Amino acid sequence: MRLRQLALFAALMAIWYVATSPTLLPPIYFDNPDKAAFFFGEPLKVLEQMWIWFSSGAIYPHLWVTLVETVLAFLVGTVLGLVMGLWLALSTTASALLDPYIKALNSMPRVILAPIFGVWFGLDIASKVALGVTLVFFIVFFNVYQGVREVSYTVLANARILGASDRQLLRHVYVPSAMSWVFASLHNSVGLAFVGAVVGEYLGSSRGVGYLILQAEGTFDINAVFAGIVVLTVFALLLDWMVTLAERRLLVWQPRGGETEKI
Amino acid sequence: MPGEVSALALENIRVTFVSQDGARYTAIRDTTLRVAPGEFVSVVGPTGCGKSTLLNVAVGLLQPSSGDIRVFGQPLSGLNRKAGYLFQSDALMPWRTALDNITAGLEFRGVEAHEAKRQGEGWLQRVGLAGFGDRYPHQLSGGMRKRVALAQTLILDPQLILMDEPFSALDIQTRHLMENELLEIWSANRKSVVFITHDLEEAISLSDRVVILSAGPEAHPIGEFEIDLPRPRDVAEVRLMPRFIELHTRIWHAMKAEVLKSYAQHKQ
Ligand SMILES: Nc1ncnc2c1ncn2[C@@H]1O[C@H](COP(=O)(O)OP(=O)(O)OP(=O)(O)O)[C@@H](O)[C@H]1O
Ligand SMILES: [Mg+2]
Repeated sequence: MRLRQLALFAALMAIWYVATSPTLLPPIYFDNPDKAAFFFGEPLKVLEQMWIWFSSGAIYPHLWVTLVETVLAFLVGTVLGLVMGLWLALSTTASALLDPYIKALNSMPRVILAPIFGVWFGLDIASKVALGVTLVFFIVFFNVYQGVREVSYTVLANARILGASDRQLLRHVYVPSAMSWVFASLHNSVGLAFVGAVVGEYLGSSRGVGYLILQAEGTFDINAVFAGIVVLTVFALLLDWMVTLAERRLLVWQPRGGETEKI
Repeated sequence: MPGEVSALALENIRVTFVSQDGARYTAIRDTTLRVAPGEFVSVVGPTGCGKSTLLNVAVGLLQPSSGDIRVFGQPLSGLNRKAGYLFQSDALMPWRTALDNITAGLEFRGVEAHEAKRQGEGWLQRVGLAGFGDRYPHQLSGGMRKRVALAQTLILDPQLILMDEPFSALDIQTRHLMENELLEIWSANRKSVVFITHDLEEAISLSDRVVILSAGPEAHPIGEFEIDLPRPRDVAEVRLMPRFIELHTRIWHAMKAEVLKSYAQHKQ
């Protein structure tokens, strides 16, 4: 399967290469042989651009900024979501009071807030983190809320009979149960933290990979735009892979399919 | 035993469930059950009659519709702090290993981690799970989980032990082993036990007294039998005694009518 996946990748690259090369094919759609390359870039030039970025080291500060924004947005969003989720799930008055507001905030298209955050927090990383937080918060919040609601009545009663105080119930029953739901949504929340960071950069900043893409678009350097997108994709895949590793360690107690040895 | 304070006294308990559409179901009525300190009492009754309900009342998870509950003479309010409760369904914390589940109660009471672990290991051994301490509940069989739950309850050395069909998931050999183990633990420092089971032979071989509940709805005790078999007992051997067979026949006759009644009801 790996082999076929690679073959498909190679085929796609070849089509891209042939279709955008100014000399290989006669112009079918565009009247000018250079136009295809202008709109879709050329794979070799994209590769070259990436090579320049990495070999000169010019891209590392941008990657670093994007990474820091992603991680901060993820951490802050998760902690806020956890605290609010536990609070609302355990306090009926709070949840009754705040329920409509949570619903309204969640259904609001939050990307719209990016310019406002720019005004509030400046064009530095704080505004990008804020945008990422608004995205991550709701994922975590709803999962924690669900996690607390889904705690088995028997497990809870048993822990109380074993002598757990309210605080101990929170720490030893509610939080672990909620955390399993949070971990289940880890891929989503890390992904959204990343989206928040990049979109924030794209809409106004002076650093980060999103900014790099914006700049390239400004000069119609389509190859650099594609190179930026490829870098972002690889980066996102790496993040996702790290999340998978973390998940494996943190959720050992959950049953998974296929735990038997195959001979 | 007149004059002595009961470890657990349920007086005239009535439990009526009201469902959300307003339908009422009286699971238990007119039920009085007293358990003396150090006494081992079994409650036997057809499925669905209200045995678990009765235990839930005794441990304070369920408020009876009417009736009094006294624990060592004190009226019960809130959870029964003197009781250990072995649930019929799974109650282990799935995110804790077997050992951490067993020591959970000690941890809640602030026992030092090192000491808790030492006691926990001892209990793992006692319930025949040495070497399984770092498994999570989903990696254990149903019977193993029951044994972890047993250790989890008994490690706290409660004055009153409430058990809801603890051994019904075990095969007959393991079951006899665990029953003997339970008797040994119990006779070492006699605690009061309320033991719920479907299995009349199990009830007779373990108990000082067997209480028979009628079929539901409105289940209530229909018979009480002192078990005067000698102790210490071996649960497998005691079954061969003539006195055992005599008791078994008597109680079985009393129960048969109820079992048939329950069966007829559920067939309708
Ligand atoms: N929360 C509840 N609401 C309504 N009815 C209930 C509730 N809990 C139990 N019942 C009913 O009360 C009756 C007794 O239930 P209970 O669980 O005590 O039976 P049981 O004797 O323990 O049965 P088994 O031997 O199968 O465990 C059943 O008919 C059940 O449907
Ligand atoms: Mg039951």
